[in-house]
Amino acid sequence: MTTIITAQGNSIDSKFDLRFGRAKWFCKIEGNSGKIEFIENPYTEEKQGAAEKVIALLKETGVKKVISGDFGDKAFGSLEESNIQMVIMSDFRGKISDILKLMHIK
Amino acid sequence: MPRKKQLRKIVEPPKFIGYKPYGASPGLKKGFVELLYEEYEAIKLADYDFLNHVEAAQLMGISRPTFARIYESARRKIAKALTECKEIKTVYGNAYLDKKWNVCLKCYARYTTPINVASSNCPICGSDKNKKISK
Repeated sequence: MTTIITAQGNSIDSKFDLRFGRAKWFCKIEGNSGKIEFIENPYTEEKQGAAEKVIALLKETGVKKVISGDFGDKAFGSLEESNIQMVIMSDFRGKISDILKLMHIK
Repeated sequence: MPRKKQLRKIVEPPKFIGYKPYGASPGLKKGFVELLYEEYEAIKLADYDFLNHVEAAQLMGISRPTFARIYESARRKIAKALTECKEIKTVYGNAYLDKKWNVCLKCYARYTTPINVASSNCPICGSDKNKKISK
């Protein structure tokens, strides 16, 4: 099960990004191999509808779970339609590696 | 053109997809009735939680007469299914779920559980202690 975590930078020591559509980077964790990969978000400067474009991009990776700080109404609607699990960690102020630890990945 | 139906609020969808009669006399025509989510909720509120129609209507965010209509339609469908030996299937109807989010009571992550995710355990810490919330 592929998981996406929103990140402010492209390493596991970067901070968790609380935004979804305009997060700088996406940390992709492959479910079976546990391989970690970072994808840059090309839509950070988008005036509107960034989340929908991001979802289209992420869908190609076969994502099944997204972890972020919050999801807007549009993002919520399309993620729900695609049966992608959403996880909100609005009070979390740590690094990506801290989340991975919580999830017992590393 | 008829007016658009007001969405009915339901707290939890039914925990089944349908009911099937068994041991029915042979030769009966097979068929099913479709019980809407809001009709299931109406039966549950009125006959299981023993609320009166005014209270139940408020919970579902609709007027009392509308609640009465939904409730009546629900009873008729169930009666029809029982007497005519038909299956009951639950379908979504004009409802929206009140509580879509789960909150993990251990790490306070909030998460949804789409239909293809079988476990309702916390996707972060794996804890099974969670509560349903609206967001």
